[in-house]
Amino acid sequence: MAKNTDSNLYTILFASGMVLIVGTLLAFLATSLKEKITENKRIEKQQNILYAMGINENGESSVEFVSKNIVGAEFSKYITKQLVITGTDAVEDPNAYLIDIKKEATDAKNPNYNRRLPLFIGEKDGVTLYIVPVRGKGLWDAIWGYIALDNQLIVQGVYFDHAAETPGLGSNIKERFFMDDFKGEHILDGDTFKGITAAKGNADPKNMNKTDFQVDAIAGATITGDGISAMIKKDLRMYVPYLKTLKQ
Amino acid sequence: MGLLSKKDAKLITDPLADNNPITIQVLGICSALAITAELKASIVMAISVVFVLAIGNVVISLIRNIIPSKIRIIVQLIVVATLVIIVDQVLKAFAYELSKTLSVFVGLIITNCIIMGRFEAFALANGPWRSFLDGIGNSAGYGIILIIVGFFRELLGSGTLLGIKVLGDPIEKTGVYAYGYENNGFMLLAPMALITIGIIIWVQRSRNTALIEHN
Repeated sequence: MAKNTDSNLYTILFASGMVLIVGTLLAFLATSLKEKITENKRIEKQQNILYAMGINENGESSVEFVSKNIVGAEFSKYITKQLVITGTDAVEDPNAYLIDIKKEATDAKNPNYNRRLPLFIGEKDGVTLYIVPVRGKGLWDAIWGYIALDNQLIVQGVYFDHAAETPGLGSNIKERFFMDDFKGEHILDGDTFKGITAAKGNADPKNMNKTDFQVDAIAGATITGDGISAMIKKDLRMYVPYLKTLKQ
Repeated sequence: MGLLSKKDAKLITDPLADNNPITIQVLGICSALAITAELKASIVMAISVVFVLAIGNVVISLIRNIIPSKIRIIVQLIVVATLVIIVDQVLKAFAYELSKTLSVFVGLIITNCIIMGRFEAFALANGPWRSFLDGIGNSAGYGIILIIVGFFRELLGSGTLLGIKVLGDPIEKTGVYAYGYENNGFMLLAPMALITIGIIIWVQRSRNTALIEHN
Protein backbone atom coordinates (compact mmCIF):
# COMPACT_ATOMS: atom_id res chain seq x y z
CA MET A 1 0.00 0.00 0.00
CA ALA A 2 2.63 2.48 1.07
CA LYS A 3 4.73 2.15 -2.04
CA ASN A 4 2.07 3.12 -4.59
CA THR A 5 1.02 6.31 -2.77
CA ASP A 6 3.50 8.12 -5.01
CA SER A 7 1.79 7.27 -8.28
CA ASN A 8 0.00 10.05 -10.14
CA LEU A 9 -3.24 8.11 -10.38
CA TYR A 10 -3.35 7.52 -6.63
CA THR A 11 -2.59 11.17 -5.93
CA ILE A 12 -5.43 12.34 -8.16
CA LEU A 13 -7.87 9.80 -6.73
CA PHE A 14 -6.91 10.74 -3.18
CA ALA A 15 -7.31 14.44 -3.91
CA SER A 16 -10.72 13.94 -5.53
CA GLY A 17 -11.87 11.70 -2.69
CA MET A 18 -10.77 14.22 -0.11
CA VAL A 19 -12.50 17.11 -1.90
CA LEU A 20 -15.67 15.05 -2.10
CA ILE A 21 -15.66 14.10 1.56
CA VAL A 22 -14.71 17.52 2.90
CA GLY A 23 -17.05 19.30 0.49
CA THR A 24 -20.02 17.14 1.42
CA LEU A 25 -19.28 17.47 5.11
CA LEU A 26 -19.05 21.26 5.01
CA ALA A 27 -22.03 21.69 2.69
CA PHE A 28 -24.15 19.47 4.92
CA LEU A 29 -23.05 21.38 8.00
CA ALA A 30 -23.66 24.77 6.41
CA THR A 31 -27.17 23.96 5.21
CA SER A 32 -28.25 22.28 8.42
CA LEU A 33 -27.03 25.16 10.56
CA LYS A 34 -28.04 28.00 8.25
CA GLU A 35 -31.42 28.66 9.82
CA LYS A 36 -30.01 28.88 13.32
CA ILE A 37 -27.19 31.17 12.22
CA THR A 38 -29.55 33.55 10.37
CA GLU A 39 -31.76 33.70 13.43
CA ASN A 40 -28.76 34.47 15.64
CA LYS A 41 -27.75 37.26 13.27
CA ARG A 42 -31.26 38.74 13.32
CA ILE A 43 -31.29 38.73 17.11
CA GLU A 44 -27.86 40.32 17.15
CA LYS A 45 -29.05 43.13 14.89
CA GLN A 46 -31.89 43.92 17.26
CA GLN A 47 -29.49 43.81 20.20
CA ASN A 48 -27.07 46.16 18.42
CA ILE A 49 -29.77 48.70 17.56
CA LEU A 50 -31.06 48.67 21.13
CA TYR A 51 -27.51 48.96 22.43
CA ALA A 52 -26.89 52.11 20.38
CA MET A 53 -29.95 53.78 21.88
CA GLY A 54 -28.75 52.95 25.38
CA ILE A 55 -30.89 49.91 26.09
CA ASN A 56 -28.46 47.33 27.36
CA GLU A 57 -27.32 45.59 30.52
CA ASN A 58 -23.89 47.17 30.73
CA GLY A 59 -21.87 46.77 33.89
CA GLU A 60 -19.31 49.37 34.93
CA SER A 61 -17.08 48.82 31.94
CA SER A 62 -18.53 45.76 30.19
CA VAL A 63 -20.62 45.58 27.04
CA GLU A 64 -23.78 43.56 27.69
CA PHE A 65 -26.75 43.34 25.37
CA VAL A 66 -30.31 42.81 26.52
CA SER A 67 -30.69 39.06 26.76
CA LYS A 68 -31.73 36.92 23.81
CA ASN A 69 -35.06 35.90 25.36
CA ILE A 70 -36.45 39.38 25.77
CA VAL A 71 -34.81 41.17 22.85
CA GLY A 72 -37.79 40.69 20.55
CA ALA A 73 -40.22 42.20 23.06
CA GLU A 74 -37.84 45.03 23.96
CA PHE A 75 -37.28 45.80 20.29
CA SER A 76 -40.97 46.23 19.55
CA LYS A 77 -41.40 48.20 22.77
CA TYR A 78 -38.67 50.78 22.19
CA ILE A 79 -38.47 51.00 18.40
CA THR A 80 -41.61 52.89 17.52
CA LYS A 81 -41.11 53.22 13.80
CA GLN A 82 -38.86 51.90 11.08
CA LEU A 83 -38.44 53.92 7.92
CA VAL A 84 -36.96 53.20 4.53
CA ILE A 85 -35.66 56.36 2.92
CA THR A 86 -35.31 56.41 -0.86
CA GLY A 87 -34.30 59.77 -2.24
CA THR A 88 -36.65 62.19 -0.48
CA ASP A 89 -39.37 59.65 0.32
CA ALA A 90 -39.62 57.99 3.68
CA VAL A 91 -41.85 54.94 3.86
CA GLU A 92 -42.67 52.95 6.96
CA ASP A 93 -41.55 49.33 6.89
CA PRO A 94 -41.70 47.12 10.00
CA ASN A 95 -38.87 44.97 8.65
CA ALA A 96 -36.51 47.76 7.63
CA TYR A 97 -33.88 46.41 10.02
CA LEU A 98 -33.53 43.31 7.85
CA ILE A 99 -32.28 45.35 4.88
CA ASP A 100 -28.78 44.22 3.96
CA ILE A 101 -26.66 47.40 4.05
CA LYS A 102 -23.79 45.74 2.26
CA LYS A 103 -26.02 44.68 -0.64
CA GLU A 104 -27.58 48.14 -0.86
CA ALA A 105 -24.14 49.74 -1.07
CA THR A 106 -23.14 47.38 -3.89
CA ASP A 107 -26.39 47.90 -5.79
CA ALA A 108 -26.04 51.67 -5.43
CA LYS A 109 -23.01 51.57 -7.73
CA ASN A 110 -25.55 51.24 -10.51
CA PRO A 111 -26.63 54.88 -11.12
CA ASN A 112 -30.21 53.81 -11.88
CA TYR A 113 -30.64 52.14 -8.53
CA ASN A 114 -32.43 54.04 -5.79
CA ARG A 115 -30.61 53.08 -2.64
CA ARG A 116 -32.86 52.18 0.26
CA LEU A 117 -31.69 53.65 3.55
CA PRO A 118 -33.18 52.09 6.67
CA LEU A 119 -33.71 54.39 9.65
CA PHE A 120 -34.95 53.26 13.04
CA ILE A 121 -36.87 55.58 15.30
CA GLY A 122 -36.94 54.73 18.97
CA GLU A 123 -38.17 56.34 22.10
CA LYS A 124 -36.35 56.16 25.41
CA ASP A 125 -37.26 58.18 28.51
CA GLY A 126 -39.41 60.51 26.44
CA VAL A 127 -36.59 61.33 24.00
CA THR A 128 -36.98 60.35 20.36
CA LEU A 129 -33.84 58.79 18.94
CA TYR A 130 -32.94 58.23 15.31
CA ILE A 131 -30.71 55.23 14.79
CA VAL A 132 -28.64 55.10 11.63
CA PRO A 133 -26.78 51.99 10.46
CA VAL A 134 -23.31 52.55 9.00
CA ARG A 135 -20.87 50.21 7.31
CA GLY A 136 -17.31 50.56 6.08
CA LYS A 137 -13.85 49.06 5.82
CA GLY A 138 -11.39 48.41 8.63
CA LEU A 139 -7.88 47.09 8.27
CA TRP A 140 -8.66 43.45 7.48
CA ASP A 141 -12.36 43.25 6.81
CA ALA A 142 -15.68 45.01 7.20
CA ILE A 143 -16.60 47.22 10.14
CA TRP A 144 -20.12 48.41 10.87
CA GLY A 145 -22.19 50.02 13.52
CA TYR A 146 -25.29 51.91 14.63
CA ILE A 147 -25.37 55.57 15.61
CA ALA A 148 -28.24 56.98 17.67
CA LEU A 149 -28.94 60.71 17.26
CA ASP A 150 -31.50 62.98 18.86
CA ASN A 151 -33.51 65.49 16.84
CA GLN A 152 -30.75 68.11 17.28
CA LEU A 153 -28.41 65.65 15.53
CA ILE A 154 -26.29 65.12 18.63
CA VAL A 155 -24.98 61.59 19.12
CA GLN A 156 -26.68 59.81 22.02
CA GLY A 157 -24.98 56.46 21.69
CA VAL A 158 -23.18 54.20 19.25
CA TYR A 159 -22.40 50.57 18.74
CA PHE A 160 -19.51 49.41 16.57
CA ASP A 161 -18.56 45.93 15.49
CA HIS A 162 -16.06 44.33 13.14
CA ALA A 163 -15.44 41.11 11.27
CA ALA A 164 -11.73 40.60 11.78
CA GLU A 165 -9.83 43.57 13.22
CA THR A 166 -6.60 42.78 15.08
CA PRO A 167 -7.39 41.44 18.57
CA GLY A 168 -6.28 43.88 21.24
CA LEU A 169 -5.86 46.80 18.81
CA GLY A 170 -8.49 47.44 16.14
CA SER A 171 -10.91 45.08 17.87
CA ASN A 172 -11.15 47.66 20.67
CA ILE A 173 -13.63 49.72 18.63
CA LYS A 174 -16.33 47.61 20.29
CA GLU A 175 -15.07 48.40 23.78
CA ARG A 176 -16.76 50.88 26.07
CA PHE A 177 -13.82 53.28 26.36
CA PHE A 178 -14.00 53.94 22.63
CA MET A 179 -17.77 53.82 22.02
CA ASP A 180 -18.69 55.91 25.07
CA ASP A 181 -16.54 58.79 23.77
CA PHE A 182 -19.04 59.38 20.97
CA LYS A 183 -21.86 60.28 23.34
CA GLY A 184 -22.72 63.96 23.12
CA GLU A 185 -20.60 64.64 20.04
CA HIS A 186 -22.06 66.97 17.45
CA ILE A 187 -21.98 66.07 13.78
CA LEU A 188 -23.06 69.41 12.32
CA ASP A 189 -21.06 72.64 12.33
CA GLY A 190 -23.85 75.16 11.97
CA ASP A 191 -25.41 73.73 8.88
CA THR A 192 -22.47 71.80 7.41
CA PHE A 193 -22.02 68.10 8.03
CA LYS A 194 -18.66 67.39 9.66
CA GLY A 195 -19.00 63.83 10.92
CA ILE A 196 -16.81 62.53 13.73
CA THR A 197 -13.12 61.73 13.28
CA ALA A 198 -11.14 59.27 15.38
CA ALA A 199 -8.15 61.57 15.79
CA LYS A 200 -4.67 60.97 17.15
CA GLY A 201 -3.14 63.59 19.41
CA ASN A 202 -6.25 65.73 19.58
CA ALA A 203 -5.16 67.11 22.98
CA ASP A 204 -8.55 66.17 24.39
CA PRO A 205 -8.16 62.63 25.75
CA LYS A 206 -10.89 63.15 28.33
CA ASN A 207 -13.17 64.20 25.48
CA MET A 208 -14.48 67.30 27.23
CA ASN A 209 -14.95 69.22 24.01
CA LYS A 210 -18.05 67.85 22.34
CA THR A 211 -18.07 70.21 19.38
CA ASP A 212 -14.62 69.45 17.95
CA PHE A 213 -15.99 66.60 15.78
CA GLN A 214 -13.24 64.39 17.18
CA VAL A 215 -12.86 61.46 19.54
CA ASP A 216 -9.57 60.05 20.79
CA ALA A 217 -8.25 57.33 18.48
CA ILE A 218 -6.93 53.95 19.68
CA ALA A 219 -3.12 53.59 19.77
CA GLY A 220 -1.99 50.93 17.33
CA ALA A 221 -5.27 50.94 15.39
CA THR A 222 -4.75 53.80 12.94
CA ILE A 223 -6.36 52.16 9.91
CA THR A 224 -9.33 50.86 11.86
CA GLY A 225 -9.81 54.35 13.32
CA ASP A 226 -9.62 55.94 9.87
CA GLY A 227 -12.19 53.37 8.74
CA ILE A 228 -14.54 54.50 11.52
CA SER A 229 -14.15 58.17 10.52
CA ALA A 230 -14.67 57.38 6.84
CA MET A 231 -17.68 55.16 7.51
CA ILE A 232 -19.37 57.90 9.55
CA LYS A 233 -18.60 60.57 6.94
CA LYS A 234 -19.82 58.46 4.05
CA ASP A 235 -22.88 56.64 5.42
CA LEU A 236 -24.17 59.13 7.95
CA ARG A 237 -23.97 61.91 5.35
CA MET A 238 -26.65 60.21 3.25
CA TYR A 239 -29.12 60.59 6.13
CA VAL A 240 -28.31 64.21 6.93
CA PRO A 241 -30.75 65.80 4.44
CA TYR A 242 -33.60 63.80 5.96
CA LEU A 243 -32.48 64.29 9.55
CA LYS A 244 -32.19 68.06 9.03
CA THR A 245 -35.90 68.22 8.30
CA LEU A 246 -36.48 66.98 11.88
CA LYS A 247 -34.35 69.69 13.39
CA GLN A 248 -36.81 72.55 12.83
CA MET B 1 1.78 11.28 35.68
CA GLY B 2 1.05 7.64 36.31
CA LEU B 3 -1.05 7.44 33.17
CA LEU B 4 1.77 8.21 30.81
CA SER B 5 5.04 6.43 30.25
CA LYS B 6 8.17 8.52 30.74
CA LYS B 7 8.63 8.82 27.00
CA ASP B 8 5.04 9.98 26.48
CA ALA B 9 5.23 12.47 29.33
CA LYS B 10 8.26 14.03 27.69
CA LEU B 11 6.12 14.79 24.64
CA ILE B 12 4.13 17.15 26.81
CA THR B 13 6.82 18.57 29.07
CA ASP B 14 9.55 19.11 26.47
CA PRO B 15 7.75 21.74 24.39
CA LEU B 16 6.88 23.66 27.54
CA ALA B 17 10.50 24.61 28.12
CA ASP B 18 13.52 23.04 26.45
CA ASN B 19 11.90 22.50 23.06
CA ASN B 20 9.43 25.38 23.13
CA PRO B 21 7.88 25.98 19.70
CA ILE B 22 8.31 29.75 19.89
CA THR B 23 11.59 30.28 21.68
CA ILE B 24 13.49 27.21 20.44
CA GLN B 25 11.84 26.04 17.22
CA VAL B 26 10.95 29.65 16.29
CA LEU B 27 7.50 28.67 14.95
CA GLY B 28 4.30 30.65 15.30
CA ILE B 29 6.05 34.01 15.65
CA CYS B 30 3.61 35.82 13.36
CA SER B 31 0.55 35.19 15.51
CA ALA B 32 2.60 35.82 18.64
CA LEU B 33 3.30 39.32 17.32
CA ALA B 34 -0.20 39.99 16.07
CA ILE B 35 -2.44 39.23 19.01
CA THR B 36 -0.47 39.69 22.22
CA ALA B 37 -1.35 43.35 22.82
CA GLU B 38 -3.96 42.11 25.28
CA LEU B 39 -3.86 39.27 27.79
CA LYS B 40 -7.41 38.17 26.98
CA ALA B 41 -6.69 37.74 23.27
CA SER B 42 -3.57 35.72 24.12
CA ILE B 43 -5.54 33.36 26.34
CA VAL B 44 -8.31 32.84 23.76
CA MET B 45 -5.75 32.14 21.04
CA ALA B 46 -3.85 29.73 23.30
CA ILE B 47 -6.97 27.69 24.06
CA SER B 48 -8.06 27.62 20.41
CA VAL B 49 -4.68 26.38 19.25
CA VAL B 50 -4.66 23.61 21.88
CA PHE B 51 -7.96 22.30 20.44
CA VAL B 52 -7.02 22.58 16.80
CA LEU B 53 -3.51 21.21 17.11
CA ALA B 54 -4.46 18.25 19.31
CA ILE B 55 -7.36 17.16 17.08
CA GLY B 56 -5.53 17.99 13.84
CA ASN B 57 -2.51 15.98 14.90
CA VAL B 58 -4.72 12.95 15.58
CA VAL B 59 -6.50 13.23 12.21
CA ILE B 60 -3.25 13.58 10.28
CA SER B 61 -1.70 10.74 12.23
CA LEU B 62 -4.66 8.45 11.43
CA ILE B 63 -4.41 9.07 7.69
CA ARG B 64 -0.62 9.37 7.57
CA ASN B 65 -0.14 6.10 5.67
CA ILE B 66 -2.53 6.91 2.88
CA ILE B 67 -1.59 10.55 2.22
CA PRO B 68 0.26 10.85 -1.11
CA SER B 69 3.54 12.57 -0.22
CA LYS B 70 3.37 14.92 -3.22
CA ILE B 71 0.30 16.70 -1.94
CA ARG B 72 0.72 16.20 1.78
CA ILE B 73 1.03 19.92 2.57
CA ILE B 74 -2.27 20.61 0.79
CA VAL B 75 -3.91 17.74 2.62
CA GLN B 76 -2.66 19.11 5.94
CA LEU B 77 -4.00 22.54 5.07
CA ILE B 78 -7.41 21.13 4.20
CA VAL B 79 -7.57 19.24 7.48
CA VAL B 80 -6.82 22.39 9.52
CA ALA B 81 -9.16 24.56 7.50
CA THR B 82 -12.00 22.03 7.74
CA LEU B 83 -11.58 21.64 11.48
CA VAL B 84 -11.55 25.37 12.07
CA ILE B 85 -14.58 25.97 9.84
CA ILE B 86 -16.57 23.20 11.53
CA VAL B 87 -15.82 24.63 14.98
CA ASP B 88 -16.64 28.15 13.76
CA GLN B 89 -19.98 27.15 12.20
CA VAL B 90 -21.09 25.07 15.17
CA LEU B 91 -20.25 27.91 17.54
CA LYS B 92 -22.12 30.39 15.33
CA ALA B 93 -25.24 28.25 15.60
CA PHE B 94 -25.09 27.26 19.25
CA ALA B 95 -22.86 29.76 21.06
CA TYR B 96 -23.09 32.95 19.04
CA GLU B 97 -21.44 35.28 21.57
CA LEU B 98 -18.45 32.98 21.92
CA SER B 99 -18.11 32.71 18.16
CA LYS B 100 -17.98 36.50 17.89
CA THR B 101 -14.97 36.51 20.20
CA LEU B 102 -13.28 33.70 18.31
CA SER B 103 -14.07 34.66 14.72
CA VAL B 104 -11.09 36.99 14.37
CA PHE B 105 -8.77 34.16 15.33
CA VAL B 106 -9.96 31.75 12.65
CA GLY B 107 -7.64 33.08 9.96
CA LEU B 108 -4.74 33.27 12.38
CA ILE B 109 -5.19 29.65 13.46
CA ILE B 110 -5.23 28.29 9.90
CA THR B 111 -2.03 30.11 9.00
CA ASN B 112 -0.26 29.34 12.26
CA CYS B 113 3.01 27.66 11.33
CA ILE B 114 3.10 25.63 14.55
CA ILE B 115 0.15 23.64 13.29
CA MET B 116 1.65 22.86 9.90
CA GLY B 117 5.05 22.38 11.54
CA ARG B 118 3.82 19.75 13.98
CA PHE B 119 1.77 17.93 11.32
CA GLU B 120 4.82 17.76 9.12
CA ALA B 121 7.42 17.00 11.78
CA PHE B 122 5.49 14.74 14.13
CA ALA B 123 2.03 13.54 13.16
CA LEU B 124 3.17 12.17 9.78
CA ALA B 125 5.60 9.84 11.53
CA ASN B 126 3.85 8.87 14.78
CA GLY B 127 0.72 7.15 16.04
CA PRO B 128 -2.46 8.98 17.06
CA TRP B 129 -1.97 8.85 20.84
CA ARG B 130 1.58 10.18 20.72
CA SER B 131 0.51 12.79 18.17
CA PHE B 132 -2.29 13.88 20.46
CA LEU B 133 0.16 14.37 23.34
CA ASP B 134 2.58 16.16 21.08
CA GLY B 135 -0.22 18.49 19.96
CA ILE B 136 -1.20 19.30 23.53
CA GLY B 137 2.42 19.84 24.55
CA ASN B 138 3.38 22.10 21.69
CA SER B 139 0.25 24.22 21.75
CA ALA B 140 0.59 24.60 25.52
CA GLY B 141 4.21 25.66 25.09
CA TYR B 142 3.09 28.16 22.49
CA GLY B 143 0.25 29.33 24.72
CA ILE B 144 2.52 29.91 27.72
CA ILE B 145 4.81 32.23 25.76
CA LEU B 146 1.78 34.01 24.30
CA ILE B 147 0.34 34.60 27.76
CA ILE B 148 3.68 35.83 29.16
CA VAL B 149 4.10 38.28 26.28
CA GLY B 150 0.46 39.36 26.50
CA PHE B 151 0.81 39.94 30.24
CA PHE B 152 3.77 42.31 29.88
CA ARG B 153 2.48 44.10 26.80
CA GLU B 154 -0.92 44.83 28.30
CA LEU B 155 0.54 45.78 31.71
CA LEU B 156 3.21 48.14 30.37
CA GLY B 157 1.31 49.32 27.30
CA SER B 158 -2.16 50.00 28.68
CA GLY B 159 -1.65 49.67 32.43
CA THR B 160 -4.41 47.06 32.55
CA LEU B 161 -4.71 43.28 32.91
CA LEU B 162 -7.70 41.54 31.30
CA GLY B 163 -9.13 45.05 30.93
CA ILE B 164 -8.93 45.85 34.65
CA LYS B 165 -7.00 49.00 35.49
CA VAL B 166 -4.35 47.60 37.85
CA LEU B 167 -2.03 50.60 37.82
CA GLY B 168 -4.62 53.34 38.29
CA ASP B 169 -6.21 55.66 35.77
CA PRO B 170 -3.79 57.30 33.29
CA ILE B 171 -6.15 60.16 32.46
CA GLU B 172 -7.33 60.94 35.99
CA LYS B 173 -3.74 60.49 37.26
CA THR B 174 -4.47 58.05 40.08
CA GLY B 175 -2.39 55.11 41.34
CA VAL B 176 1.18 55.01 40.01
CA TYR B 177 0.30 57.65 37.42
CA ALA B 178 0.17 60.20 40.26
CA TYR B 179 3.97 59.77 40.58
CA GLY B 180 4.65 60.61 36.95
CA TYR B 181 4.50 57.08 35.52
CA GLU B 182 3.30 56.89 31.92
CA ASN B 183 2.08 53.98 29.79
CA ASN B 184 4.49 52.98 27.06
CA GLY B 185 2.32 53.04 23.94
CA PHE B 186 5.13 51.43 22.00
CA MET B 187 4.44 48.17 23.87
CA LEU B 188 1.17 47.89 21.94
CA LEU B 189 2.92 47.77 18.58
CA ALA B 190 4.29 44.61 16.98
CA PRO B 191 8.03 45.45 17.30
CA MET B 192 7.81 45.33 21.09
CA ALA B 193 6.32 41.84 20.92
CA LEU B 194 9.39 40.74 19.03
CA ILE B 195 11.66 42.41 21.58
CA THR B 196 9.71 40.82 24.46
CA ILE B 197 10.06 37.39 22.86
CA GLY B 198 13.76 38.17 22.34
CA ILE B 199 14.13 38.87 26.04
CA ILE B 200 12.38 35.59 26.92
CA ILE B 201 14.74 33.72 24.57
CA TRP B 202 17.73 35.45 26.16
CA VAL B 203 16.62 34.67 29.72
CA GLN B 204 15.86 31.04 28.82
CA ARG B 205 19.22 30.46 27.16
CA SER B 206 21.26 32.15 29.83
CA ARG B 207 19.65 29.86 32.41
CA ASN B 208 20.21 26.76 30.32
CA THR B 209 23.35 27.21 28.24
CA ALA B 210 22.85 23.81 26.57
CA LEU B 211 20.18 25.46 24.43
CA ILE B 212 22.59 27.90 22.77
CA GLU B 213 23.25 27.01 19.15
CA HIS B 214 26.90 26.86 18.09
CA ASN B 215 27.79 27.49 14.51
